[in-house]
Amino acid sequence: MRLDDRDDIYQDHVLAHYEEPFHRGHCPRATHAHEDDNPLCGDRVRIELEVDDAGQVQSAYFDGQGCCISQAAASMLCERCEGCHIDELRKFTAPEMLKLFGAPLTPNRQKCCLLGWRVIQSALFSPLAASSESASEQASA
Amino acid sequence: MNALRSAAAAPLLDPLALRADFPILQPGASPGPELVFLDNGASTQRPRQVLDAMTRVYEHSYANVHRGIHRLSEECTELYEQARGRVQRFVNAAEREEIIFTRGTTESLNLVARSWGEVNLRPGDEILLTLLEHHANIVPWQQAAARTGAVIRWVPLTDDGRLDLAKFSELLGPRTRLVAVAAISNVLGTVNPLVEIARQTHAAGALLAVDAAQSVPHMLTDVQELGADFLACSGHKMLGPTGIGVLYARRALLEAMPPFLGGGSMIRRVTLEGFEPAELPSKFEAGTPPIVEAIGLGAAIEYLERVGLAAIHAHELRLTQEAHALLGQIEGLRILGPAPEHKGGIVSFVVDGLHPHDAAQLLDRDGIAVRAGHHCAMPLHQHLGIPASTRASFYLYNTLDEVARLAASIAAARARFKRR
Repeated sequence: MRLDDRDDIYQDHVLAHYEEPFHRGHCPRATHAHEDDNPLCGDRVRIELEVDDAGQVQSAYFDGQGCCISQAAASMLCERCEGCHIDELRKFTAPEMLKLFGAPLTPNRQKCCLLGWRVIQSALFSPLAASSESASEQASA
Repeated sequence: MNALRSAAAAPLLDPLALRADFPILQPGASPGPELVFLDNGASTQRPRQVLDAMTRVYEHSYANVHRGIHRLSEECTELYEQARGRVQRFVNAAEREEIIFTRGTTESLNLVARSWGEVNLRPGDEILLTLLEHHANIVPWQQAAARTGAVIRWVPLTDDGRLDLAKFSELLGPRTRLVAVAAISNVLGTVNPLVEIARQTHAAGALLAVDAAQSVPHMLTDVQELGADFLACSGHKMLGPTGIGVLYARRALLEAMPPFLGGGSMIRRVTLEGFEPAELPSKFEAGTPPIVEAIGLGAAIEYLERVGLAAIHAHELRLTQEAHALLGQIEGLRILGPAPEHKGGIVSFVVDGLHPHDAAQLLDRDGIAVRAGHHCAMPLHQHLGIPASTRASFYLYNTLDEVARLAASIAAARARFKRR
């Protein structure tokens, strides 16, 4: 699709992540998970992570519903964080998330973009009860 | 009353002529494409007459009210009280002292919930609210219930988004102390049958509080004919400034209620031991009031009366009918609420595969301002099973052409997201 300058929020890579997301669904061996919403608009994102004993994110999945921006951003974030160490992810800042998203956003739409980022920051501190002790120790180390 | 029939009989207004009075609606007044302002349910624009009236006060007449002996204070007090009189006549209150100036509908409803609620609600007493209320007519009552032990009961809706009057009658009972209801739903646009609600409410020995934020700007209001015990509205939704609102209440109720906020103006005398409250309406106007805003509201009412509320209502109904006709042709689009004959100038909708935020963002590129979200009515959206919706809300300066532009823009946005 041809996009003009004013169309830049919905750039092709944004729409691609919205229409064909990276890892939408459940993480088969999740060790960490968190879910939150943006009450203003009802956008909802859940992120599930599999973190190994060394603290590496082996896989990352998201699910949820909401606007194009919130869902595409969660997809990009899951793609970005696979293979990262959780210490690196904890240092991943909101401005870095907006940069990863790429398309320029007004302050109101930045909230949509940052929903997944907020959720993953909480997920890193939210080991699942059923997961191994070692993973939760790693996460809280 | 059949809204369609009254619309047909009402005089027409010319929105293109009225638009000349609104600086912000002139080409080039704001950057970007020509503005199509369809977010009037949130706040309206102001005509030159209101802006000029306010500037005139600041430039020639401004001083604090009810205080100075000097000329400006007396002149400004006179203008402020004239505005009160204008509001009184506009809603047909029996007495000028029954009009309390507040900061807006929200403060007005909080005043009632706090002042009336705390001395009149007992544990087990019931407050009846409806599922289509704005948060401003929910949260103050939840707070009052938490403080007093009163219980909130909810009037459900019919499938097409009208109040279920049969259920309302069943819910009214000996423990019902107050019914608080919106005159017009700010999401569904439903015009509620207030006269019938008032009749049943009073027959049950309860009081009626009306959130009239969406009705007073758009149709004739007569608090006496209606039988409202309390009625609240906001200046900024009726061509007036922000920071000014109105609470109407019957004198006997206001006399019996304790003051809400304490401070200057609301007292007759203060001693080391305590205070005596002032007479109405000062009793409920603590501190320096929004003086120039009240005068601006008076100017807005003058403007609305000149255009005529019946003509405004009829015009908005035409726009709503047109919106239903055009939006209804878009595949995957669902309009919320009842048929146009039961609605005011509010049309909310959802579109398959197009989130309201994305819809609003794409409309904004065409210069069309709508609202997307839950519109401060989360319980209603939960009831409807949707997280958010897109709302177009009309006023006297909107045109049929703007409705057509809305529909075309939505169709294009829908096609865009669907194509991929």
